[in-house]
Amino acid sequence: MIRIGSGAGFSSDRLQPAVDLARDGNLHWLVFETIGERTLAFGHRDRQLDPRKGYNPHLAMRMRHTLAYCRANGTRILTNMGVANVSQAAQVVLAEARALGLYGLTVATVEGDEVTDRLNSDTPLLDAGGRHISDIGHEMVCANAYLGIDAICPAVKTGADVIVTGRVGDPSLFLAPLCAQFDWSNDDWDMLGKGTLVGHLMECGMQVSGGYFADPGVKEVANLADCGFPIAEVADTGEATITKLASAGGSVTARTVKEQLLYEVHDPAKYLTPDVTADFSSVVISEIGPDRVRVAQATGHTRPDQLKVTVGFDGGFLGEAGVSYAGPNASARARLARDILIEILDRVPGAKGSYRIDLIGLNALHATALNRQAESEDVRVRVAMRALDRDIVAMMLWEVEALLCCGPAGGGGFRGHITPSVVTHSALIDRDAVHPQVEVFTA
Amino acid sequence: MTRTVPLHQLAHARAGDKGDISSISVWAYDPGDYPLIKEQLTAERVKTSFPRLIRGDVVRYALDHLQGMNFVMYDALEGGVNTSLNLDSHGKSWSYLILSLPIVLPEN
Repeated sequence: MIRIGSGAGFSSDRLQPAVDLARDGNLHWLVFETIGERTLAFGHRDRQLDPRKGYNPHLAMRMRHTLAYCRANGTRILTNMGVANVSQAAQVVLAEARALGLYGLTVATVEGDEVTDRLNSDTPLLDAGGRHISDIGHEMVCANAYLGIDAICPAVKTGADVIVTGRVGDPSLFLAPLCAQFDWSNDDWDMLGKGTLVGHLMECGMQVSGGYFADPGVKEVANLADCGFPIAEVADTGEATITKLASAGGSVTARTVKEQLLYEVHDPAKYLTPDVTADFSSVVISEIGPDRVRVAQATGHTRPDQLKVTVGFDGGFLGEAGVSYAGPNASARARLARDILIEILDRVPGAKGSYRIDLIGLNALHATALNRQAESEDVRVRVAMRALDRDIVAMMLWEVEALLCCGPAGGGGFRGHITPSVVTHSALIDRDAVHPQVEVFTA
Repeated sequence: MTRTVPLHQLAHARAGDKGDISSISVWAYDPGDYPLIKEQLTAERVKTSFPRLIRGDVVRYALDHLQGMNFVMYDALEGGVNTSLNLDSHGKSWSYLILSLPIVLPEN
């Protein structure tokens, strides 16, 4: 049996529960999964601004607080916190290890996911209405293939204490240690399907152990402030139990596991990863004890021929700005502010069609879906704009702030910010065009 | 006689995103309610309930043995997480759009 814990399920996930697992989890592996389509784009954006950045911004802190426990407990770390700068991330891990006096600690890097120079203007995009890379009309700034166990397992076999990757299939981070430990071959589709289920359930951290689940009065979760990251106990048969530390908050139930089972899955019988076409359609979920849920009967079929690539394009700048109205007639004053902004912004050359205005408190997140006419005495006018020309975005912020004196009565609380933006699409690449490499460093 | 309740009283749900595709799984709390939910919560109904948001096809996959369904909704995220200007650019809150839909129950 192998015990794998999750130390992060997204870029900004909490630190302390990972420390708790490193100290008390009795783990073979602690896996930090931190890349999404959004955070991969952020990584490239950060690296553009500073070539020494582009890895997960919490990497140093996570290592500082878990490395010593992991080393003492024989727990190995596997993480995609390299994001868009794996080699620099490895240096950060080594520096943290040295600062802790953990000399001799080894770090393996898995690189080769960056495939920008292997795509060209004719490469078709999967999700852009039949368009090709050249049709997007903006500069391609990054392209990362989803690497899988073929790339990670050689790093596992080096025995390194810490393995740092960039873009890999999220479940592959969990499947690779299972394959190495249990000697599952890379074409044993049934076992790879079972291991991928474990990885899929674990990859979002607390989303399987009580996080992202509570709905007061309907779905209660105890002690969410101290919610624990999940632990998977995996047998060589591929069957697994999902659990958590008894001392941690949160809960692992059939319901929490079900919600995660289909999270970001399309056809449950065909979950595509770099490693396998996993089939979750017959998965059996059983509560076998308090906060212990057994999962079985996943399977799998031949892996996809090609690898998925996330392609990033220069998206110019994203600006967001807001001003709030409260008290009697606040809704009417906020609507007036919105109408003024539309009139003014549409006069700015290039601005029309590049922005959206929401009335937070009346109808914002669901404004496109629902034509709701609510009233509120606390309303925020929020403008979001994406444009290649930063000056246009800056003009929008100026006009929202100008409402303080030029707009309806009682407006306050202006905030605004502008950030560089990367927009992303997906493409496919042949496996033989991708060349993963493993390198080992010693602290 | 019948009565109408929001799906939120009968089921829980979670939304995920990949590109411009939103997927939402819906799970009956009580296995006994599942056939009724499945009958009324069709892919067509989900699509026609939010025509300005869900611009592409909706495909439903059912896992009857777990009393759950997965709705895969194309062109449903206003461009996707790195393109949308929605405050909720992931469409995380779309799960509660579906949970707001009314379900008709027999009086007993």
